[in-house]
Amino acid sequence: MIRRAPRSLGEHAPILFPALMLVVFFVIPFGLMIAVSVARRIPGGFYEPDLVFANYERFLSAFFGGVLSFSLELAALVAVVAVGIGFPFTYRLARLPRAAQVRWLVFLLSILSLSEVIIGFAWSTLLSRTAGITNLLVAVGLMAEPQSLSPSFGALLAGMVYQAFPYTVLVLYPALARLDPALVEASRTLGASPLKAFFTVVVPAQRNTIVATLIMAFVFALGSYLLPQLLGRPQHWTLSVLITDQAIYQSNMPFAAAMAVFLVLVSLALVGLSLLFGRKEEA
Amino acid sequence: MAIGAGLDRRLGRRTVLAGAGAAAAVGAVGFPSIVRAQSKSLKVGVYGGYFKDSFDKHIFPDFTKATGIAVEAVAEPTGEAWLIQLEQAARAKQAPADVSMMSQVAMLKGMAAELWAPLDPAKLPNAAKVKPALMNKYPDGRLSGIGAVSWYITLVTNTKSYPQPPESWAALWDPANKDKLGLLALVSNSFLLDVTAATFFGGSKHLDSEQGQLECFKKLAELKNNVKLWYRDEAQFEAALKSGEVPMGQYYHDVTGLAAADGHPVRSTFPKEGGILDSGSWAVSKASKAGDLAHVFIDYMCQPQIQALLSRKVGTSPTIDRSATDLTDKEFAAVSSDLAPIVPRYDLYVSKADWLNQKWTEMIVG
Repeated sequence: MIRRAPRSLGEHAPILFPALMLVVFFVIPFGLMIAVSVARRIPGGFYEPDLVFANYERFLSAFFGGVLSFSLELAALVAVVAVGIGFPFTYRLARLPRAAQVRWLVFLLSILSLSEVIIGFAWSTLLSRTAGITNLLVAVGLMAEPQSLSPSFGALLAGMVYQAFPYTVLVLYPALARLDPALVEASRTLGASPLKAFFTVVVPAQRNTIVATLIMAFVFALGSYLLPQLLGRPQHWTLSVLITDQAIYQSNMPFAAAMAVFLVLVSLALVGLSLLFGRKEEA
Repeated sequence: MAIGAGLDRRLGRRTVLAGAGAAAAVGAVGFPSIVRAQSKSLKVGVYGGYFKDSFDKHIFPDFTKATGIAVEAVAEPTGEAWLIQLEQAARAKQAPADVSMMSQVAMLKGMAAELWAPLDPAKLPNAAKVKPALMNKYPDGRLSGIGAVSWYITLVTNTKSYPQPPESWAALWDPANKDKLGLLALVSNSFLLDVTAATFFGGSKHLDSEQGQLECFKKLAELKNNVKLWYRDEAQFEAALKSGEVPMGQYYHDVTGLAAADGHPVRSTFPKEGGILDSGSWAVSKASKAGDLAHVFIDYMCQPQIQALLSRKVGTSPTIDRSATDLTDKEFAAVSSDLAPIVPRYDLYVSKADWLNQKWTEMIVG
């Protein structure tokens, strides 16, 4: 293995392919999106190439600011809850016998095969008045009559965390499986309770993994546009829902593109900030 | 939007099947059009799901038998997603479908972009019977499209939750119906501005001025508390209506009738102000090289017996006068009504599209 920085073309070769893919599947589409976002909208029609910023101006209003900040907060909350549940879960999972681990991982992978549509419909049924879980609570005498729990913020959060959870576990799993058990054993020998060992040894040792997982879950949740429609009320519609409305239903591609560019830039900035923050802490 | 995909396909009636539509468009663009012209075949775009299935079963085989023209049906997503695909394909001189069924707003937007090839009335003798309101024309009088199908959106209720049918659209505003309604989520497909104008302001003329439009928005904001579900996906509302989860709302008259016939506790009511009459038109992409065959197809579809067949088998309201068809009263009532309809102000949804959309979104989200 070469330890020094690569110099010749041949030494750069291994990263050429991923770099090419990044250009083809990210840089070029994003560039096209920027180009469309400054195109001139023809009302009642389509758009023409141009260099106008009306689409960005329209976006810079209290209304869209509110929607954007709600989207960011929701995505952050989903990420925190998913990692908050996923981290202890994965920690326990990594300590199970091999066969049990495999069963759990296969189960989680199978959740990934469910489409967002199915997840949305399943949760709205589960939380409905007519067929939902409140009927069970009524049956065991905990509630007087069944209630509808969806659409609501809680329903939306539950659905989105459910969707993000398998990804969270799959990202956390390799790091937690490699965690040296001696670390915890040492802290236990020195008198720490299991809970204290978990919070003062395991969590700090996995800080980078946790940050990376939070970012992944955050970005993943930010793109969600179907669940907010199925499980949320209009005030819970994310920016992605409004982008879909503009692109698909209003055929206002320039405005949709401007919103999407803004969303990408804001999320890149947030990810960048958290990485910078993480690096400083380390130094 | 792929919401409806994979669900019961009958539920997915006018549901947008963007995935299927996009895949079909890509597939279609790849075909050399010369082969098609020689073999006398026509690509017809119809709304994916229920409509395409019904046309494949009841309409296209007979058409091929009668004319010798093979039909390649293309599942299109409703309205503007398909419009965008057609427009982009036309820029590359391609037509993913020769003839497409288009919503009225999409028709007008396509006209603004000169996307539709003008139709020749001389080649369409049967089109003379189509109601004038269902003929689309360019400002200079050229024919851009002809009514394909029309349908009603009415006031629907769950019969268990509402033993008595409501009589007026005003029921949507009744405080007793708090958290009970399911309404369409977009200004341009719910037509609730038109409903508000017809119910409280004496008709759609009230929407002529911005003042009138704002008054309708203000009135509409009053029913927000009654709405439990603003739906984009029909299957979601239909399921909730059947179960009583969302016991009242606006929905398609014929689909509700079919659900009632299947034994579900639902009913469709034509309010005294009239049902919302929406329609789709046949339009030919300017990139199509099969214009002559397209005329044959459109003319075939305008015949009284075909319109009656559509009413019986597909559940659409006839585009020609009822007396020209052999529909019985019961058959007619299942798809239509003699009450004067609320015809949406499509012109507004095009000329003030962005403004109305912005006001609407602020109203329901804010």
